[in-house]
Amino acid sequence: MTSHEFRRMKDLPSTQLLGSGTPMCAGCGGLEALHEIYDVLGPGTVFVNAAGCMTLLAVYPFTPFRGSWLYTAMASAPAGAQGVRDALDILIAQQRLPAREDLQVVVLTGDGSAYGMGLSATSGAIERDLDFIYICYDNEGYGNTGQQFSDATPHAARTATSKGPLGFSGYKKDLFSIWAAHKPAYVATVIGAEPLDLARKIETARQLKGPRLIIALAPCPPGWDFDPRETADIGKLAVATGVWPLKEYIDGKVVHTKVPHPRQPVEAYLRKQGRFAHLFEPQRNAALLQELQDRVDRYWESVAG
Amino acid sequence: MTRTLLTGNAAAAWGARLAQVDYVPAFPITPQTEIIETISTWVDNGTMQGRMVTLESEHSMITAAGAAATTGVRVFTATSSQGLLYGMEMIYTVAGWRAPFVLVNVSRGLASPITLEPDHNDIMAARDSGCLQIHCATCQEVLDSVLLAYRMAEDHRVRLPVIVNLDGFYLSFTREPVEIPAPEAAGEFLPPYDAASTRFAASAPSSQAVAVLGGSPYSYFRYESHLAALQAITVYEEAATAFAGVFGRQHATVEAYRCEDADIVFVMIGSFATKAMAAVDRLRDAGQTVGLVRPRLLRPFPGERLLQLLAGKRGAAVIDQNISMGMGGVLHAELAASLYGKPDAPPVLTSFIGGLGGRDITPEEFFEIAAVTRRAATEGVTPPPRLLYTSDEYREIRKLQTIAHAERNALESEP
Repeated sequence: MTSHEFRRMKDLPSTQLLGSGTPMCAGCGGLEALHEIYDVLGPGTVFVNAAGCMTLLAVYPFTPFRGSWLYTAMASAPAGAQGVRDALDILIAQQRLPAREDLQVVVLTGDGSAYGMGLSATSGAIERDLDFIYICYDNEGYGNTGQQFSDATPHAARTATSKGPLGFSGYKKDLFSIWAAHKPAYVATVIGAEPLDLARKIETARQLKGPRLIIALAPCPPGWDFDPRETADIGKLAVATGVWPLKEYIDGKVVHTKVPHPRQPVEAYLRKQGRFAHLFEPQRNAALLQELQDRVDRYWESVAG
Repeated sequence: MTRTLLTGNAAAAWGARLAQVDYVPAFPITPQTEIIETISTWVDNGTMQGRMVTLESEHSMITAAGAAATTGVRVFTATSSQGLLYGMEMIYTVAGWRAPFVLVNVSRGLASPITLEPDHNDIMAARDSGCLQIHCATCQEVLDSVLLAYRMAEDHRVRLPVIVNLDGFYLSFTREPVEIPAPEAAGEFLPPYDAASTRFAASAPSSQAVAVLGGSPYSYFRYESHLAALQAITVYEEAATAFAGVFGRQHATVEAYRCEDADIVFVMIGSFATKAMAAVDRLRDAGQTVGLVRPRLLRPFPGERLLQLLAGKRGAAVIDQNISMGMGGVLHAELAASLYGKPDAPPVLTSFIGGLGGRDITPEEFFEIAAVTRRAATEGVTPPPRLLYTSDEYREIRKLQTIAHAERNALESEP
């Protein structure tokens, strides 16, 4: 299959490989993305997991995966992928394992690991040109522990550790650029609410060799404080407002795969989430709202043309 | 038999080479680095077939080691001191994976203060991890123990990582004559790794290292690892017997030196035990019946064998090259726990801390340890643990402190 075969929604696989009944929260945007990703990657995979929400996908004696799984620790999933990949290569080269038994090695971590504790291990793995796929489900906070702010938390968001009137004082780290600066084979942003864009990118990644890294923005009902049924709508708004640019880094260039035009006001995205409610109630914080809008506008101006 | 002068580090590298390891995840740290440099040279010039990869930290290195072992290859790695501690989360984790591989630790004192020279606080920090431990006193033992360690780690009754420990500087950089086994003989002793179901393959999906919910399954798997570690005593003894059959060298769980008729016995691990052996000889020359026991296995703890060797003795003196702040020597506490309530256990078990950060233990100190222990046995009163430190050393540190104070006063008095 080539990426060009995903032309329309109808072309998307409907295999639903990932089993149901996991302990993820209702409306989990990370799980939504993982369902879609797994359908493209297939069961010939070994997921190497770091500590986070999705560690609870595989709880003895159950797993939703048809393929394999290895839990490591919070900081070193890419190093786990290194060990698995190298061992598979050794076994195949020595003809102790037939090539048909090979597996795609897929790191699966949240933003806490990807943006922070695991960044050194990821940098090392990319630098060693490790042949692996990295999936980060980015719910913009330490979700599994109750949504404290992380390096991925956006400016002004209320989290369990930024409850003041201005929310989180920091800014979301630009992990896409940090990863891309290593010049890996592929980097992309995706979101479950745009399944066609996601499937094309995962298919592109699947067919490449070397480090291929994906950040999936993962709307999080309990962490972002919204009703689980809103997950897809909020995901679409993240793209339509330009807050979450869908893009890919390939062959040394960054290409935006879905440019929202015209962009909806950022406010439309923020209003739907309790974590930004303090921007509207009890008084509207016009200055902070304008700052958030300006940042998004400046981003799109910087990448125009 | 021809013997070659090898450092302890080179002996460790030879162990890995003769074990025909498939994979060597690495990270440099003093005083271990020579091990990975040696292996790297062999891999580069084709004399060793394995694949080597340098990770960006020991935490990642041990993760990769465990992950490769769970995928089905034979893995060797090495570290030291701060590196072992930096990777400690994964030392515990990979033991729970039941990933059989061998890690050589070159012991070095821990920060703070930061230092390069050896003691055993680094390896003691891994004591409760589930990794088994073999402690070496000679360079020959280092090489042999790596081969023995794979037999123990990979045995289906055990399936746990094994750490082979040697002392930094005293062994790592000291050349001793070492008999390097022929590759055929090494292969006869250590057959290729049989991963069995510990692997990943497309046709045999498996979930490894998954989470558990609740204390009951957690306890079950922790107990299972403990019972596997206990089985390793038998497995080790079988392997040591086979090793003696192939190579003619004995590596018992506990080495006993002039112990049979001794009434006072030193208890030590590692290369400093060879200092104790020399002291035993001198004490014997002076008519004192003193001996030495040196556990080679620390995990599993060879408690029964130690009791056999110490039964009926008047006293045992444990010399710990480590210190558990607020408690004392770790080996002393372990031995006391192991002997307590046993009818034949020596009535007196004295405790001495020495050799921290490479500090020497002199013959005179061993004589004093023997005398203190003998006196305690006669009087029936065990003295409190003693921290070995001479008046000369104390004068030297006072001098350094005087200089430090003078320097600070000079700085503070500057306009």
